[in-house]
Amino acid sequence: MSGDAKPKPVASEPRKRRAIHSSIVRLTHWINAAAMVVMVTSGWQIYNASPIFDFKFPAWMTLGGWLAGAIASHFAAMWVLAINLLVYLVYGVVSGHFRRDLLPITPAGVWRDTRAALAFRLPHALGRYNAVQRLLYAGVIALIVLVVVSGLAVWKPVQFQTLTWLMGGFDSARVVHFFAMAGIVGFFLVHILLVMIVPRTLAPMIVGGTAPEATP
Amino acid sequence: MSLIRPPRSSLDDLKPELVDLERRLFLRGSLSLGALTMLTGCNLVEGNSVDKALLAMSRWNDKVQAWLFDPNKLAQTYTRADITTPFPFNAYYGKSRAPAVDGAAYRLEVSGLVSDRKSWTVEELRALPQESQITRLICVEGWSAVGEWSGVRLGAFLDRIGADSRARYVGFKCADGYYSGIDMATARHPQTILALDFGGGALPREYGYPMRLRMPTKLGFKNAKHIAALFVTNDYPGGYWEDKGYNWFSGS
Repeated sequence: MSGDAKPKPVASEPRKRRAIHSSIVRLTHWINAAAMVVMVTSGWQIYNASPIFDFKFPAWMTLGGWLAGAIASHFAAMWVLAINLLVYLVYGVVSGHFRRDLLPITPAGVWRDTRAALAFRLPHALGRYNAVQRLLYAGVIALIVLVVVSGLAVWKPVQFQTLTWLMGGFDSARVVHFFAMAGIVGFFLVHILLVMIVPRTLAPMIVGGTAPEATP
Repeated sequence: MSLIRPPRSSLDDLKPELVDLERRLFLRGSLSLGALTMLTGCNLVEGNSVDKALLAMSRWNDKVQAWLFDPNKLAQTYTRADITTPFPFNAYYGKSRAPAVDGAAYRLEVSGLVSDRKSWTVEELRALPQESQITRLICVEGWSAVGEWSGVRLGAFLDRIGADSRARYVGFKCADGYYSGIDMATARHPQTILALDFGGGALPREYGYPMRLRMPTKLGFKNAKHIAALFVTNDYPGGYWEDKGYNWFSGS
């Protein structure tokens, strides 16, 4: 070969495309999932010791064996849940993940996409959330923040008495904690159902995947 | 001791149900999932590792709570209209088995790191300055109830018996076999009292006659009833429920 310069690659080298889910999102997602399972099932055992409402959770669904084991599990997993949540929230704000992937959430967009979803005409595009997804994901993040804050109010009604007051007092903080849990469990059921309906969304949450080119 | 296995003693009030083998295995499996996220190198095969991890976290939580504890922060107080009636009974035995302590023969024994180990009669305790409080008792089970207690401020009593102010714990032994202990900071909290009265009269038998510990800054089970002996110590005093797995500090 003579000294011919190799043809320069012209736009054939793909730009570095971001993953559908970044490594921090994937890591915090699965740590949160594991911690949440421990928190919810041990929380049900704690609830059963003094039920707020006229029912108990079936014993086989609860964790800890008895009240002391459940409390110990709850107050161990809470560190995992809370630190993981903090990492995710800081990352979400600093990296632009929230702004880019969860916002904006407009009533018109949610209304449009809800109707489309109910008619089974809503596209489930990888790497880009529709308005209903944005609402649900932002909602469950808010619920996890609420469950942590109300949990602190129940745990430390004297040291964190301002929080407990904000929750309407100790007994009311327990009720808030319960309904935040119920909302998270409700989200979880819908979330699992949708992953079963659209199974190709699961792999990217494990290995990352590759997001499609941003549409203009 | 196994934290995630209910104690085998009869528990009239807490009624932890015995778990069958199948459920135990499920619990172990799902607990390990949580333990895995908490600990690296946790041996999931060794049966006791989950207990060990949970106990280590509980001791860590003791330290965090001691750090969070503000000696000057007061628990909310209530009015007589807020008092819960009837006030719930709770113990590790049924109401009928609450001990009948003879008030005339009663002597509070004082020991440990104190300069004056004289024992105290009910009359002598009543002759000390009395303080009253209407506060919320929060049970580890989750229920809560507002009651009125009055008695001797523990901090003032510790001063009177010449307690070592640098000692770490105040421990209690009770007429019903119960025992517990608290950190010195909580012992000196202004709302921590050796209660002699409940609802304006002497403590009824089932609520801890003749004297109980009352502090709104800790869960109900830390508020020992029928106190027969008090000691100041630097040795971790444990407690009846605490030794079965409940968190020792259990601060509110």
